[in-house]
Amino acid sequence: MASLITCPHCGVRPKEEFSIRGDAVPVRPAPNAGAEAWYAYVYVRDNPKGRIQEYWHHAAGCRRWLVVERDNVTHEVFSVRDAADVARSGSGEAA
Amino acid sequence: MALVLCIAYAKVRRLFQDTRMRYSAFEIIKQAFSGNRHWKPAWREPQPKPHYDVIIVGGGGHGLSTAYYLAKEFGISNVAVLEKGYLGSGNVGRNTTIIRSNYLLEGNEPFYEFSMRLWEGLEQDFNYNAMVSQRGIVNLFHSDGQRDAYARRGNAMKMHGVDAELLDRDGVRKMMPYLNFDHARFPILGGLYQKRAGTARHDAVAWGYARGADSRGVDLIQQCEVTGIRRDETGRVLGVETSKGFIGCSKLALATAGHTSVTGKMAGLDLPIETHVLQAFVSEGLKPVIHNVITYGAGHFYISQSDKGGLVFGADIDYYSSYAQRGNLATVEHTIEEGVSLIPGLSRARVLRAWGGVMDMSMDGSPIIDRTPIDNLYLNCGWCYGGFKATPASGFCFAHLIAKDEPHYTARLLRLDRFQRGFVVDEGGKGPQPNLH
Amino acid sequence: MVSHRLAAGGLVNRGNALSFTFDGKTYRGLQGDTLASALLANGELLVGRSFKYHRPRGIVTAGSAEPNALVTVGTGARSEPNTRATVAELYDGLSAASQNRWPSLAFDIGAVNSLLSPFLSAGFYYKTFMWPASFWEKVYEPLIRRAAGLGRLVTEADPDRYEKAWAHCDLLVIGSGPAGLMAALAAGRAGARVILADEGFRLGGSLLSESSAVGGLPAAEFAGQMLAELATLPNVTLMPRTTVFGWYDDMVFGAVEKVQKHVALPTPDLPVERLWRIAAKRAILASGAEERPLVFGGNDRPGVMTAGAARTYLNRYGVAIGQRVAIFTNGGSGYALARDLAASGVEVTALIDARKESGDAVPDGVRLIRGGAVTSTRGTRALKGIIADRSGFEEDLACDALAMSGGWSPVVHLMCQRGAKPVWSDERQAFLAPDVGAAFVAAGSAAGLDRLSACLRDGADKATVLARDLGFAAYEAEIPDVAGDYDPDFAPLWYVPGSKGKAFVDFQNDVTVADLGLSQREAYSHVEMTKRYTTGGMATDQGKLGNVNTIGIVAGMRGVSPAEIGTTTFRPFYTPVSFGAMAGTARGEHSRPVRRSPLHGWAARNGAIFVEAGPWYRSSWFPREGEKTWREAVDREVRTVRASAGLCDVSTLGKIEIFGPGAAEFLNRVYSNAFLKLPVGKARYGLMLREDGIVYDDGTTSRLSENHYVLTTTTAYATEVMAHLEFAAQALWPHLDVRFASSSDQWAQMSLAGPKARIILQRVVEDDLSDAAFPFLSARTVLLKGGLAARLFRISFSGELAYELAVPAGYGEAVADAIMEAGYEEGICAYGVEALNVLRIEKGHVTHNELDGRTTADDVGLGRMMAMQKPDFIGKHLATRFGLTAADRLQMVGLKPVEADAEIKAGAHLLKENAKPSMVNDQGFVSSACYSPTLNSFIALAMLKSGRERYGEKIVVWDALRTSEVLAEVCPPVFVDPDNKNLHV
Repeated sequence: MASLITCPHCGVRPKEEFSIRGDAVPVRPAPNAGAEAWYAYVYVRDNPKGRIQEYWHHAAGCRRWLVVERDNVTHEVFSVRDAADVARSGSGEAA
Repeated sequence: MALVLCIAYAKVRRLFQDTRMRYSAFEIIKQAFSGNRHWKPAWREPQPKPHYDVIIVGGGGHGLSTAYYLAKEFGISNVAVLEKGYLGSGNVGRNTTIIRSNYLLEGNEPFYEFSMRLWEGLEQDFNYNAMVSQRGIVNLFHSDGQRDAYARRGNAMKMHGVDAELLDRDGVRKMMPYLNFDHARFPILGGLYQKRAGTARHDAVAWGYARGADSRGVDLIQQCEVTGIRRDETGRVLGVETSKGFIGCSKLALATAGHTSVTGKMAGLDLPIETHVLQAFVSEGLKPVIHNVITYGAGHFYISQSDKGGLVFGADIDYYSSYAQRGNLATVEHTIEEGVSLIPGLSRARVLRAWGGVMDMSMDGSPIIDRTPIDNLYLNCGWCYGGFKATPASGFCFAHLIAKDEPHYTARLLRLDRFQRGFVVDEGGKGPQPNLH
Repeated sequence: MVSHRLAAGGLVNRGNALSFTFDGKTYRGLQGDTLASALLANGELLVGRSFKYHRPRGIVTAGSAEPNALVTVGTGARSEPNTRATVAELYDGLSAASQNRWPSLAFDIGAVNSLLSPFLSAGFYYKTFMWPASFWEKVYEPLIRRAAGLGRLVTEADPDRYEKAWAHCDLLVIGSGPAGLMAALAAGRAGARVILADEGFRLGGSLLSESSAVGGLPAAEFAGQMLAELATLPNVTLMPRTTVFGWYDDMVFGAVEKVQKHVALPTPDLPVERLWRIAAKRAILASGAEERPLVFGGNDRPGVMTAGAARTYLNRYGVAIGQRVAIFTNGGSGYALARDLAASGVEVTALIDARKESGDAVPDGVRLIRGGAVTSTRGTRALKGIIADRSGFEEDLACDALAMSGGWSPVVHLMCQRGAKPVWSDERQAFLAPDVGAAFVAAGSAAGLDRLSACLRDGADKATVLARDLGFAAYEAEIPDVAGDYDPDFAPLWYVPGSKGKAFVDFQNDVTVADLGLSQREAYSHVEMTKRYTTGGMATDQGKLGNVNTIGIVAGMRGVSPAEIGTTTFRPFYTPVSFGAMAGTARGEHSRPVRRSPLHGWAARNGAIFVEAGPWYRSSWFPREGEKTWREAVDREVRTVRASAGLCDVSTLGKIEIFGPGAAEFLNRVYSNAFLKLPVGKARYGLMLREDGIVYDDGTTSRLSENHYVLTTTTAYATEVMAHLEFAAQALWPHLDVRFASSSDQWAQMSLAGPKARIILQRVVEDDLSDAAFPFLSARTVLLKGGLAARLFRISFSGELAYELAVPAGYGEAVADAIMEAGYEEGICAYGVEALNVLRIEKGHVTHNELDGRTTADDVGLGRMMAMQKPDFIGKHLATRFGLTAADRLQMVGLKPVEADAEIKAGAHLLKENAKPSMVNDQGFVSSACYSPTLNSFIALAMLKSGRERYGEKIVVWDALRTSEVLAEVCPPVFVDPDNKNLHV
């Protein structure tokens, strides 16, 4: 990673085509989840050293948001998935 | 009995201070005549004691300055600084050396100005030439809107009694005729100038604090990696597990920059921090050409020239989470594109070296110096790009917090719970996305 | 000056003499020379001065690790400081100048530093220059700065072109020496796409300097034969003059190609340099090995160079480095040089071998001193002799050149740029390449091999493995015989004991063995600290030449293995890269793309002054004859709009088409105000928050049909808002059936505002525009006269009766012209963003001056737009935090100066009357300000603590930055038509 990303829709593309948002693990809480849950969602980051999931936007490509699973020490990429697929398969999607 | 011991200890300590080697021109001449063979070590290389009043994790600029001020200003010298690498091996040794106090918000400006004041007396204070050089910083603006924003910031600085000037285009041109005035995509309309800003020799800052702390009795323990935080059943911190065994402490202070989340997690803390890599660069040595520190307002680029002649510069972070001290080529290109756009004459200079620093990006772009929900655990983090200039005040305020259990006045808004309470200090107005700060 | 060019030999074109100058003096060299070889051929030994002591220095290497021979090449805007003469290809008309000397290279005042050197030990500057405090910046630092630096940068703009490109290959071979050539051929023959890159201007690497015969041919001829075959393979790209400088993630390599650095006047048709990003599936590092200097007293004298360099100058360039050459070696390399020199008829004064025994062949007539060492040298600006020591017996040997060989270090730089550290080998007495996985391997001497025959085989073998790994049928390559293959094996000798005088480990930065000792005594013992304290390894060669010696010496001082000391961090760039190459075409006016509105031409025809607004050029104002200042034009435009009508280009606003049955629900969640029940044909002002409850952007959204909306954003946030919506739809609520398309570039959009707007617009629109038929906030497709369908929105930023008309971009100018014509009688004018800004300030409408990323809806008086009864919207849940609802928050107010002609400027702060300026007393700031021709007064919008409770209060507008203080009255932020009567006429 960091030089090339394999977009699931477009193939291998240079990093310059993407913009990056940050941690893709926090799931948007249910509307009535309470202040603590919202604070944690918006502000608290696990930020581990090692394997992480991160939102990348193929801004100069298919305009899809992607969840890139990668190692933030070696920069190795394990998977790149469409964020909608991840959200649909996730348990925490807010209605 | 305790009192007697205290007094005895204080006397011994004073004795110890008196015998340390003072650096001076005289000493240099004296030493030269004996072949420079009798210089003393700048600091000891002690083995850890079983217990300290305060353990500071992280022997970078902030950890070392905290130790220094704890000993010097607050009389706490039974202190260890634990460093997993060598002293100054973190971001204090890999930055663009800029010091300034040109901030907008009440949470920041008094704090950074306090830092600037400490910079101004630093060398005499710790008897080490850190080459603090107040060569002035100019933040260029390229639109009316940007001018208004800088005017607002400059007036905030002046409100706090800090020097600020608004330069017009001609004023900037007179100072920096080599900027791109004639073929710029974004015209230079002027700049916000802080004369007292400048640069400092980054490694020397770490070494000066280290030497000063050591001479006051602080144990600087290198190659000592903290692997865990030991707490009792009430959650109170007892000490740290390290590569050199368990070391106990009454108070534990984390100053681990980009690794804050890792060390915080050892105590079960989840923090508003994301770790990112910021690259910086130096050119080959050149005869003096850029006198001031310059920031480009139409992009993001900053540059100054070191006393050794290298152009030291940088721009944006790489934007993705990274604990690796290296970045990617796209960011290098982007940075240098901005540089050449601003200073066309750079085109034929050569960039010598690129390095990456691991940044503790906070959720509002401002630092955190605070106690934590865990007893005896103190936190200093969230420095984003701006940690170097904060080194003195960060250490002073952190030492104040550790010693007195209350925040220093200038750091009173840099609290950990500000996100929860809605009192963020968002200098850039970018919101809770750390890579935008 | 004696010519050092031999009568024959070398790969130079003796029929093509090139003229060049050095420090103003004219010389002749040959095609095929480097600047260094040409200077040496002319007997010029002194080429530079060192950094700290200004010691006279000569050429030490024949390659890119050169620390001394740095010169400024070229003149004027094309001058390039710090160019290494050893890799600068000679061309006719080359002009070079020495650096860091005054008044001249031969006589340099700075050399006095050498006498003061006892006081200038490592890190001395950290210990002094502190008294008196003010002297550092006034006296000491300026002196240091003046002395510092090497070459001088010319600050003129670069007249030449640069460009960037991507390249893709199966195998990248870095280095075209024996291993690289064999590798490229093996993989190339197998059909793999191969790129062979080499920093040299002639491919062949060390084969070009080799005197052994390979495959029955002189080595250079053999290389030529291999290259000829490679050139016939369509799948192989040969890239000479191309330095691979960096290895990045995902096997992307950065490389810079010197396209026209070897010509006096580059043609404008080509770039001078080209930056390559090479995406390689596999790579072989065949970058060879660097010969280490020996560390002894006076090892920096001009005339002292590495044995390998001496051999290169001899065999490749036909240049003898001296008339009488002494050799000091600890291995086979010195013997190979002795043999080559003897064969060329150059006198070898003595071959001094630090080893007591070796099996290397000594040429006839050469005196061998076994177990000897050079302890010092003599001569000032050129070497005159050396002191050789054997078992305490000293001998003064006259010579004019000394070749030294301290063993070889594989060039592993690139493989260590991504975190892996090189590995010390006791057997090889060198740091070897780390294992970085199967995709990138070292071959040949870069992999620690020594003999030429082994390097040839290794290159072929490793490429075969990689090619097969990629699925190519690669066959075992035939390995050519090497006649005269020798073993450059060596015994370690880090430092010559008994050395007299300074013994340098880092030539350029003047770091000596004594400095290393001091750093250890003073506890700067970690190798990174040693480096930083002594500056050893921080020069332009980044320690290529000296670092391993530093490590060996420090290890010796500490009594440990070099493995325990370890190396400093290898980082890009392998060799320095020009800013020009990295910047490519993105410079000057082309540093960013330009966006022009579809109405740009219309605005230009109407005399617009344009202003940069992000990537856009927006029409700022439209001066008319007789108007002397911009204010006169803007005032007129504002008055015209308020009195009659004006037309303004608003095409730069972001326009996003939203489709789908989920669109209404989606909008209801991304806006803070209600959107579910927006009727078809209606527009609504919407406020978008960030998840932290702070206002993000605003704009109007119109429902064009049941499942089709068009949303507008501010100009500045168009890109971000689009990404934000996509994020919400894809990552947050993928079950909502909604799709987006940006149509910002598809529509030309113009705002027609003013009491006469309807009359004028009706002249070009077929549909009935009466207030009853097309009331405020109507939004629908209308038919223009002539049959063009257009979108019409009855919305107003100015506070007047106003319409925004959107037509397909290509029709924009024609429609704008038609409206101007239709409004001629009413006195319509074109107005720009300056007038627009005045109009909206008068009306109290916000922009990003107010929405600065820190304001809530309530702060700017839009609290009613927080539809808290909705179950969810972005920003709802954190908007109620204490800090965001505190009573003393800054709230938007209007300001009117007590004296109407007292100017208020945006960026001023607010203070209570008679209050002392301080951050605690700071009451807020002016966010927007203008002169209002409607009120005949300066007015402003400001953010004031608890502002809405303070209408009527007098407050000081404090602008110390521009030395102004104005007393103003706090008032509601709507200066014009507070009851919105004008909107509904």
